[in-house]
Amino acid sequence: MTINEIQDQIIEEFSAYDDWMDRYAYLIEMSRELPPLDQKYRTKEYLIEGCQSRVWLAAELKDGKIYYFADSDALLVKGIVALLVRVLSGQKPEDIVKAELYFIDRIGLRENLSPTRANGLLAMLKQMKLYALAWEAKMNRQ
Amino acid sequence: MLNLSDIRNQFPILNQKVHGHQLVYFDNAATTQKPQAVLNTLNRIYRETYSNIHRGVHYLSEQSTEEYENVRKIVQEFLHAARPEEIVFTSGTTGGINLVAFSFGEKYVNRGDEIIVSEMEHHSNIVPWQMLCQRKGALLRVIPFRDPGILDLEAFQNLLNEKTRIVAVAHASNTLGTVNPVKEIVQMAHARNIPVLVDGAQAVQHLPVDVQHLDCDFYVFSGHKIYGPTGTGVLYGKEKWLEELPPWQGGGEMVECVHFDHTDYAEVPLKFEAGTPNIAGVIALGEAIRFLQKTGWDDIRRHEEELGRYARAKLSEIEGIRFFGDAPGKIAIFSFLVRNLHPYDTGMILDKLGIAVRTGMHCAQPVIDHYGIEGTVRASLVFYNTTEEVDRLCEGIRKAITVLSR
Repeated sequence: MTINEIQDQIIEEFSAYDDWMDRYAYLIEMSRELPPLDQKYRTKEYLIEGCQSRVWLAAELKDGKIYYFADSDALLVKGIVALLVRVLSGQKPEDIVKAELYFIDRIGLRENLSPTRANGLLAMLKQMKLYALAWEAKMNRQ
Repeated sequence: MLNLSDIRNQFPILNQKVHGHQLVYFDNAATTQKPQAVLNTLNRIYRETYSNIHRGVHYLSEQSTEEYENVRKIVQEFLHAARPEEIVFTSGTTGGINLVAFSFGEKYVNRGDEIIVSEMEHHSNIVPWQMLCQRKGALLRVIPFRDPGILDLEAFQNLLNEKTRIVAVAHASNTLGTVNPVKEIVQMAHARNIPVLVDGAQAVQHLPVDVQHLDCDFYVFSGHKIYGPTGTGVLYGKEKWLEELPPWQGGGEMVECVHFDHTDYAEVPLKFEAGTPNIAGVIALGEAIRFLQKTGWDDIRRHEEELGRYARAKLSEIEGIRFFGDAPGKIAIFSFLVRNLHPYDTGMILDKLGIAVRTGMHCAQPVIDHYGIEGTVRASLVFYNTTEEVDRLCEGIRKAITVLSR
């Protein structure tokens, strides 16, 4: 599926919930579906710094596609990471770099974009795109 | 007795719904809300008497100067300082500490000297001293705290030596709620002729402060944490210190006469107030203090103590709650963790229930490190809060447990 197809799918899933409690429950469910993070990635090097919660994020390139691996010690944050991973993992670097993640707005997670939420979506998204940029540049050189 | 509904009516922001629920504002240690009288004053100043101070010959300037200088007297009385000249207006607690760290440091701190802070300080009472130490090659020493959040005065005694230049310590901890024995700390330091700066950011809104009784050399606080406007603050300094310390920032207001070969500085306290100050803010801060005094310390103290006891008891009923800081006589600040819930998750659920708390490290990372945790949830209460709101918090935490443990 393309990035946008997955985004639309998530929007569709979220539309079933009209109150935040269900949405949070859904995020928590998402967090449980995130595969456990390999210990080698649970290091300072892969940590996205912030005061609110810890987020680890790593990426691997396989057959020209990027696969993300992530975890957080806060459940709701982990749920958000899981959504991002679901949307961007297994995509081509160039698609990730130019992806516009409109699903965030549409599922009512906008508040998590606030710059004060240092470990919010914005920081994770930036890191994911940085990985993609780096791989893209590397592939172009080859 | 406080008439709570009357008090609450004076804080218009409290009367609103957040995410469909009546707002419960328990983030008062971060900043307090403003009573109508303060809002009215800000509005009145800009509508009626606003002008720059200390220099104009015209009517508005004189009016503004008079009101601004009158607040110096209000603050002097509020802190029981000996003279209004001992009151310097700053941008806040951080501004006041940086001023002292710079000016005192310039004159009295040299390579190999030592500065003492405590383990329970807010970052703003650590970093300015750290920067001074780096500048001068001095050493930062730390008074540790012990369970349940009490400074180890014996360790403090051992830290004091002939190299110690100044001691900087919080009157009350923003994370643990502990009220420190500052008078005793001052006595111990003074026995060796070492001055003490007291960070009153979390104390002035909860208990009457008498700087002459404490005998501290400097006392700082923020206007915005005592129901006044943001960007206002106070540095109290004993006159002898303020006279001796060099100015921190240069500019207008703080000078007597300026020539290219030399400048004569203004007298204390204007020497420390470079540039146009926060005129309207300071005048409204005076109104906030008046509001507190009108409400009355006895009633405020009684209500906050009752509220604190109630909150401590009710929160304790929640299974698996752990408190950080449980010193006797503490102010109504509760840092806690519930079972294995991440504070950020708890805070996000509480937010959706209309309850505002702080989560994380509370700008006091050494306190969090002390316990080997990642952060806490913090509920900080003041006199406009109610026992019903405490019940809402407890209910919210229980809901968070249900949602997050599913």
